Amino acid sequence: MARLRFATVWLGGCSGCHMSFLDLDEFLIELAERAEIVYSPIIDTKEYPDGVDVVLVEGAIANEENLAMIRKVRDRSRMLVAHGDCAVTGNVTALRNPLGRAATVLERSYLEDVDGVPGIPSEPGIVPVLLDRVMPIHAVVPVDVFIPGCPPSAAKIREAIEQLLDGRQVQLSGRDLKFG
Amino acid sequence: MAVRTLQINDTLVSAREDQTILEAARDHGIKIPTLCHLEGLTDVGACRLCLVEVATVGGGAKLLPSCVSHVAEDMIVHTDTPRLGEYRRMIVELVMAERNHVCSVCVANNHCELQDMAVAMGVDHIRYDYLSPSCSVDLSHERYGIDHNRCILCTRCVRVCDEVEGAHTWDVAGRGTRSRVITDMNQPWGSSDTCTSCGKCVMACPTGALFLQGSSVSEMEHDRGTLAFLLNAREKKQWLV
Repeated sequence: MARLRFATVWLGGCSGCHMSFLDLDEFLIELAERAEIVYSPIIDTKEYPDGVDVVLVEGAIANEENLAMIRKVRDRSRMLVAHGDCAVTGNVTALRNPLGRAATVLERSYLEDVDGVPGIPSEPGIVPVLLDRVMPIHAVVPVDVFIPGCPPSAAKIREAIEQLLDGRQVQLSGRDLKFG
Repeated sequence: MAVRTLQINDTLVSAREDQTILEAARDHGIKIPTLCHLEGLTDVGACRLCLVEVATVGGGAKLLPSCVSHVAEDMIVHTDTPRLGEYRRMIVELVMAERNHVCSVCVANNHCELQDMAVAMGVDHIRYDYLSPSCSVDLSHERYGIDHNRCILCTRCVRVCDEVEGAHTWDVAGRGTRSRVITDMNQPWGSSDTCTSCGKCVMACPTGALFLQGSSVSEMEHDRGTLAFLLNAREKKQWLV
C-alpha cells in the first residue's frame, strides 16, 4: 500500500497541539512507515504541496495569512482535521473577540496603559494583518474531522490518526470529545 | 395520593400524580439529561435538555420539558429518540455559542456540568456562530466571584439563595441575550446587603460562573455534597454526614 501523504499546519495557536503530536513518541516512527510527512512546521518545506491525503491543522483563523493558508490547505487536501480547541472552537486565540474589531484590540494592547512609547506596529508584507474576528476553521472551510482538547492528548491524536490510516470514518467518543 | 400509570420508553411505570415525568423516569432508573435541574430546588425548565416526546391523540409527539411536566394516566413518553438527541445536542451548542465558554482557561475545567453535557451529547464542534458577548467579572465579594462569560442562566443560584438560604440576593435582569444574573439591585456583589456569604450559590453553580476567589484553571470544584447534606437535612430532617 502506498504511503499516505500526511501534513500538519500551524495557524493561530500556541503550538501546544504540535507538542502533543510530538508526544506520540515511538508511534511517530510507526507513522513514518505508513505515511510520508510532506509538510509541517517540524520539517523543512516552504510550500504546501498538492495531493495531501490527511492534514492536521492546529490553531484558529486569526489573520489574513491564516485565511489564505487554510483555503490553500483545503484545496490541496483530502481529509482536513481540526486539531485542538483553537482549530475547533477558536479557544484562547478567540479570547479577543468580545473586545470588538481588530483596531479596538490593537488599541487595547498597544496604546492603552502602555509603558514606554505607545504605537500600533505596522509592517506591511511582514506582519500579517489581523482579522476583525477570530474564527474556528469550520467557519471558513469544510472540516472532515474534529479533535477537541487543549491540547488533545497524544493518545487521542493517535486514536484519530490510526482510524485515518485505516481509512475509517473517525469516531471519537466519551472523554475524547472533551473541550479544554 | 392517587397513582398514575404511564409508559416510558415502552415500559409501564407507575408514579404518584404529583410527580413530574423526570421524577417518575428517575425512580425507574431511566436517565434524562438535565442542566438547570438541581435536586431539592423548584424546577423551572430553563435549559430544555430534559425535553421528552409525549404521544398526542393525533399520532404525533409533543416535546415537553420533563422537569416541569406532570405525569398523566396512559401517557406515552419517549426519553431517548434520534430527534431528542439532535435537539439536545443543538441546545448544548447554542448554550456554548451564547457566552464565552473557553474550557481550557476556565476555573471549572474538568469539573463542569456543561462540559460534561457536551461530551455526553457528542458535541465535537459548535455549528453556530459564537456571539462573543462582552461580559463582566465581578470580584467585589470578599470570598466569591462571578464570571458572566460562563453563566448559562440556569438560575440555580437564584433558586438556592431564595428557597434554601432565604436571602434572595440573586435574580435575573434584562431580556434575551442581554439577561444577566444580578445581586440585589444590580449592584456589585460585595455591596449586597442581603448576601449572607453562605456560598450555596457557588455550591449549586454547574459551570465556572460562580467560584471561590483564588481558584485557578481547573481548580474550582463545586461542593455539591454539602449542598445535598443541607437539602436532605431540611427536607427529611436527616442530619447524615
